[in-house]
Amino acid sequence: MMWRVGTVVALQDETATARTITLKVPDWPGHIAGQHVDVRLTASDGYSAVRSYSIASAPNAEKRVELTVERLPNGEVSPYLTQELAVGDRLELRGPIGGWFVWRAQQTEPIQLVAGGSGIVPLMAMIRSRTSTGSTAPFRLLYSVREPGAVFYRDDLLALSDCYNKVSLTYAYTRIPPKDWPRPPGRIDGALIADVTWPSNLAPTCYVCGPTPFVESAVGFLSASGNSADKIRTERFGPTGDRK
Amino acid sequence: MNSHTYDYDYIDGNAAAGELSNIFAMDVTVAEGQCAHCGATKRFAEAHLYMQAPGVVARCAVCEHVLLRFVKARQRAFLDLRGMTCLILDTSQLQEC
Repeated sequence: MMWRVGTVVALQDETATARTITLKVPDWPGHIAGQHVDVRLTASDGYSAVRSYSIASAPNAEKRVELTVERLPNGEVSPYLTQELAVGDRLELRGPIGGWFVWRAQQTEPIQLVAGGSGIVPLMAMIRSRTSTGSTAPFRLLYSVREPGAVFYRDDLLALSDCYNKVSLTYAYTRIPPKDWPRPPGRIDGALIADVTWPSNLAPTCYVCGPTPFVESAVGFLSASGNSADKIRTERFGPTGDRK
Repeated sequence: MNSHTYDYDYIDGNAAAGELSNIFAMDVTVAEGQCAHCGATKRFAEAHLYMQAPGVVARCAVCEHVLLRFVKARQRAFLDLRGMTCLILDTSQLQEC
């Protein structure tokens, strides 16, 4: 697969540490919600580093690709992408990549999305794709996040969860919940999964994305709730949630 | 870290799609692969992928046996597939990706 060049056309901060980069890629062939790209940065001495980032945007005709990048404290690539990259800069990317962790508009079954932290990114592409294609597939999102300030796409999610044909949205806060939040802060557990996800007898397809420990436990709870393994698709970031 | 701690060091086979696209004409991550050790047949996307090594190592999600090793060095790529007895590709997707 060849490397393409995209030009940064917009930058938007999602949180204090995460930024959405909108690229215009003239020869973009189109993508499916859930796919990712590899981004390659090359230094003047020829050293290059490649990292994978999920696409946040729905497939579109404008050849625009949005990536949301979380800045890692000791990252080699993410500090540049989130702090130094400017509108008009060019980036090398390879993609779209991956045909497994995807949602297609032809799918009509209930969809259960489970996001841990920045694992929301490819799931947001699925939600946006549902909207842009006019799909009425029933969607639920369980979004586990440290605190309210760490939520990505807050306004989009609010709008999508408060309209006709809405996406049902549950936040689970692991550290600091909003005032008067009914559930004490903590990781997702079996009771929460049983309470807010689709009943397994509806045979939902589940997409789980987040740090590896988060995905492991979420898949365990989904299985314990009766979801069969072949209906659960996962995308893991690694041990700490540090997207490489 | 010792050789017994596989826990949480891995990501999904999905993540190798870009690297393997240099070698294969089709998206191998959606193919089913049979583990040579335990016989489990699963999507390559579901394999456990270890990228801390000099290359990429994919292990069976059921038994953790090595399915694939891929290393690039000095203008050469080394692909070791002995851990998979069969790779089943869906040719209907040829037009798509």
